[in-house]
Amino acid sequence: MNIQSCVEVCNEWDIVSARQLGRNMAKELGFGNVDQARITTAISELARNIYLYAGNGKICIEAAEKMGKRGLKIIATDNGPGIKDIRKVMEDGYTTSGGLGAGLPGVKRLMDEFMIDSVVGSGTEIIATKWLR
Amino acid sequence: MNAETMNVIQMKRSRIKELWEQELGGFKTETSAMTPHMYNELNREFLDLLMNHVSLGDISEDGTLERFFDKVLRANMPLEYITQGLQTYRRIILEVVLEEDLNKDVAIEIYREVDYWMDPILNKVVTNSSRLWERTVSIQKSALLELSAPLIPVFQHISVMPLIGTIDTERAKLIMENLLEGVIQYRSQVVLIDITGVPVVDTMVAHHIIQAADAVRLLGSTCILVGIRPEIAQTIVSLGIDLSLFPTRSTLQKGMEQALDITNQQIVKEK
Ligand SMILES: Nc1ncnc2c1ncn2[C@@H]1O[C@H](COP(=O)(O)OP(=O)(O)OP(=O)(O)O)[C@@H](O)[C@H]1O
Ligand SMILES: [Mg+2]
Repeated sequence: MNIQSCVEVCNEWDIVSARQLGRNMAKELGFGNVDQARITTAISELARNIYLYAGNGKICIEAAEKMGKRGLKIIATDNGPGIKDIRKVMEDGYTTSGGLGAGLPGVKRLMDEFMIDSVVGSGTEIIATKWLR
Repeated sequence: MNAETMNVIQMKRSRIKELWEQELGGFKTETSAMTPHMYNELNREFLDLLMNHVSLGDISEDGTLERFFDKVLRANMPLEYITQGLQTYRRIILEVVLEEDLNKDVAIEIYREVDYWMDPILNKVVTNSSRLWERTVSIQKSALLELSAPLIPVFQHISVMPLIGTIDTERAKLIMENLLEGVIQYRSQVVLIDITGVPVVDTMVAHHIIQAADAVRLLGSTCILVGIRPEIAQTIVSLGIDLSLFPTRSTLQKGMEQALDITNQQIVKEK
């Protein structure tokens, strides 16, 4: 069983919808208050990056399973400009928009698994998973 | 306009009325508190309006339709009532006209003509309702914005800004403006920003709050962040955001105690 729900992200209110979707799924899967907040915040970061840097894209949320563990997986994809230096954007404080530069490294710490795949000129895919304890 | 069609419609007035009442009489609505009597009146008015449209002139031009439209919505009737009424009327007219023994060409001509009458009304209904909808949304939006970042002076030199709900860029801008204006207007030495009601504090929200606090500091006042729920505190730490540079307190009450301290004020119980 692998149900997936997606939200298209092209304006600020879509970020809120994506967060709500994530919070509901997290609640259903049995995540506690703190993990719900972590998951929602991570979605917020990824969705806002899509909105800011790629213009539009989508956030998909699905239930994950691995070696008897259950969890929640966030998949953020866009066809934006892509990221040239992945090592650099994962550094705390690196930003091209005058932000805090805390989003991507923050998502990595908020979640248990983090994967980023980006091709300059064709887009970015980020997959982040949180496991139930 | 085809005189023969007009004739038929005029002659069949009572038959049209009968069919109309049969069809629209059963229109059910849960949103409106109309009595059956009021509803019958409305139905009659609607039919008169449409009959006049056919015999006297275009009601989509002279404001008659708008007035009726307003009345229907004010009675809490759904828009569906109007669109369904229009469709019903079109059908009834065609029915009674075609009950006459007509040849095919005349029938097609009549069909075309009925369409031609009804189209401006339908168009008007669509533009009217979308305009109304847009107006409602924009009124609600500005009402929300006005509520969204109030700065409340509570004691001398102490103000509170309670934030409730999602913070987007528009609201973040308002927070900054109201904060700076209010600090000057009320001569606040301390401002408490309460984020108990903010569901998600991500880097964008944190960044705006930090900027607002910095700006307040530039005015010579102090900004205290209160109402940080435990789970929010944890996510802020994971995000690697350093809030140590400006004062935070867990609750509004604790923040207020500190604010009183800073402004050399005390609340004393009278003996
Ligand atoms: N989906 C994306 N497509 C292209 N570039 C991106 C994408 N996401 C992030 N970036 C780049 O990576 C940089 C770092 O992103 P990160 O989210 O860590 O910080 P930020 O968005 O600049 O600031 P904030 O702390 O507000 O999130 C961004 O400034 C941007 O240049
Ligand atoms: Mg970001």
